[in-house]
Amino acid sequence: MNALTETRAHRPATEGFLEIRGLTVEHPLRGGRKVHAVTDLDLSIAKGETLGLVGESGCGKSSAARAILQLPRPTRGSVRLDGEELTALSGGALRRARRRFQMIFQDPIASLNPRRTVAEIVSAPLEIAGEGDARARRETVEEMLELVGLDPRHAMDRRPHEFSGGQCQRISIARALVLRPDLLVCDEPVSALDVSIQAQILNLLADLKARFGLTMLFISHDLAVVKNVSDRVAVMHLGRLCEEAGAEALYSDPAHPYTRVLLSAAPRPDPDAIPKPLPMAEGEPPSPIDPPSGCRFRTRCPRAQALCAAEVPPVVPRGAGHGVACHFPLD
Amino acid sequence: MADVAAPMPAAVEDRHAEAIAAHRRRRRLGPMFWIPAAWLVVLILAAAAAPWLGLAPPDEIDWMAIQAPPGVENHILGTDVLGRDILSRVLHGARVSLTVGFAAPAIGVGIGLALGLAAGYFRGWVDEVVGILIDAWLAIPGLAVLLLFSAVFGGSLSMVCLSLGLLFIPAAARITRAQTLSYANREFVLAARAMGASDARILLREVLPNIVWPLMAFVMIDIPIAIVVEGALSFLGLSVKAPTPSWGGMIAEGREHIEDSSWISLIPTAVMFVTVLSFNLAGDVIRRRFADTREAAL
Repeated sequence: MNALTETRAHRPATEGFLEIRGLTVEHPLRGGRKVHAVTDLDLSIAKGETLGLVGESGCGKSSAARAILQLPRPTRGSVRLDGEELTALSGGALRRARRRFQMIFQDPIASLNPRRTVAEIVSAPLEIAGEGDARARRETVEEMLELVGLDPRHAMDRRPHEFSGGQCQRISIARALVLRPDLLVCDEPVSALDVSIQAQILNLLADLKARFGLTMLFISHDLAVVKNVSDRVAVMHLGRLCEEAGAEALYSDPAHPYTRVLLSAAPRPDPDAIPKPLPMAEGEPPSPIDPPSGCRFRTRCPRAQALCAAEVPPVVPRGAGHGVACHFPLD
Repeated sequence: MADVAAPMPAAVEDRHAEAIAAHRRRRRLGPMFWIPAAWLVVLILAAAAAPWLGLAPPDEIDWMAIQAPPGVENHILGTDVLGRDILSRVLHGARVSLTVGFAAPAIGVGIGLALGLAAGYFRGWVDEVVGILIDAWLAIPGLAVLLLFSAVFGGSLSMVCLSLGLLFIPAAARITRAQTLSYANREFVLAARAMGASDARILLREVLPNIVWPLMAFVMIDIPIAIVVEGALSFLGLSVKAPTPSWGGMIAEGREHIEDSSWISLIPTAVMFVTVLSFNLAGDVIRRRFADTREAAL
């Protein structure tokens, strides 16, 4: 509890549009063991803000995103959207509330049903929400397709396999935004795309965000992408939050050793901007089935000491909107 | 007819040309489809119109032509031991065979589809219960079920359809379950759930359209099986009762005269053979075509 109180210290007093407290996702395994996918995650996103969530693959980013969307519900913790506690909603109420938060998936082709036309795919959310009659829905779908840069006359009656990956992601975006949600969760939305297409999709997301006043949670393992789209960035490692800061501050002044490692691993166009690489123990991150005690990064951390194994480091404030969960942060 | 794919202009992308060629290949069904299909269409139409074709009624005895060989006046395919017109009996018998051929797989696949969808989608205890039901059902010998049903309910056409249909349930349920499993965890199902879609909507609108075609391939195999099994049952006198004509029954009636009047058995045998072969051949072509379409879709 003490850690929680301290965590809040660096945050603005007002509650964010999306408030995540103590989010924990565990998948039970045989023999009573479990995968600790996400542990005690606290995040807050203000209205209209984009929070980037980064970390290497397997760190629990996607698990966190799905738990936020209650797909499935988290093992523990609180998710409040605009003051409404999503984890407490009943099945039917949750389904009705879903129109306020939508998601874009990593694989643009797999996230579209190969047997349905684009018109059917994009109008499905409208049908489920019971919006308008068939003709009104078709008009809305046409508008939405135009907004994402597809020609409705060309696209409406075709199936996903007739489109490229980038076009499929545009269809996905149209489907996610056709109900005008407040919150958009993007789970690695450009990772499966060619680099040349990535920028187009990111620009499209930025345009639509401005147009609809979206609040966004943007998940990626690509630090360069996250820096471009995010107002603030949170770094996760093995299910726990390491560091959270404004995008500029995080990249110029990383305080957590893991953040530094991540930044040094990211290819940058400007060689002078590369932070000095930190030595990190070789190998894969520890298993989330049996995470290390205390700080979960300690087994790979060059600065680890006895305290790191004994106590979970709380998130301590380090400046305006900058928090770090490390016993021995970098200067 | 056999138009070779026209050479594409060099400027056209390879992928595009390939797609078009594949599309054309799929479009051409070929004589291995059309000849069997033509036979089936003719047979189905003739069976449906049998009472109005101007043939002798199937149970009318022509005392002037007992055991008449094919080609006799008024009896193109001859008559049987009781002087009944074989063409008329073959067409009326086709009504039985075709009804069973379509109805039994429909019943089996209908029930199997529902069970398999539920098991593959909901998993957990539903899956366990369906699995046990199917295992138990498979442990009951099929022939025993058929004999029991015909003994208890007598030889009605609907009984034959139902009891044969029940035998198709386990395979249909297993195919459906396997297909459902592979689609239930796809991202587009997750996306539908994220939109707030109900389970019923996800099953009917997202999962079902993807498993209809593999199931249709299964139905194409079941139809000829049902026809053959009905033939065997009626040969044993366990299907529709005389005097209603059925192919198996006609074969049985002629078996004692196979040496002097072989046509009485051979004509219904040949018709059944050609019909089952036609279903198999046309089914193969359709299955392959579905497979192509599915590959193109993925």
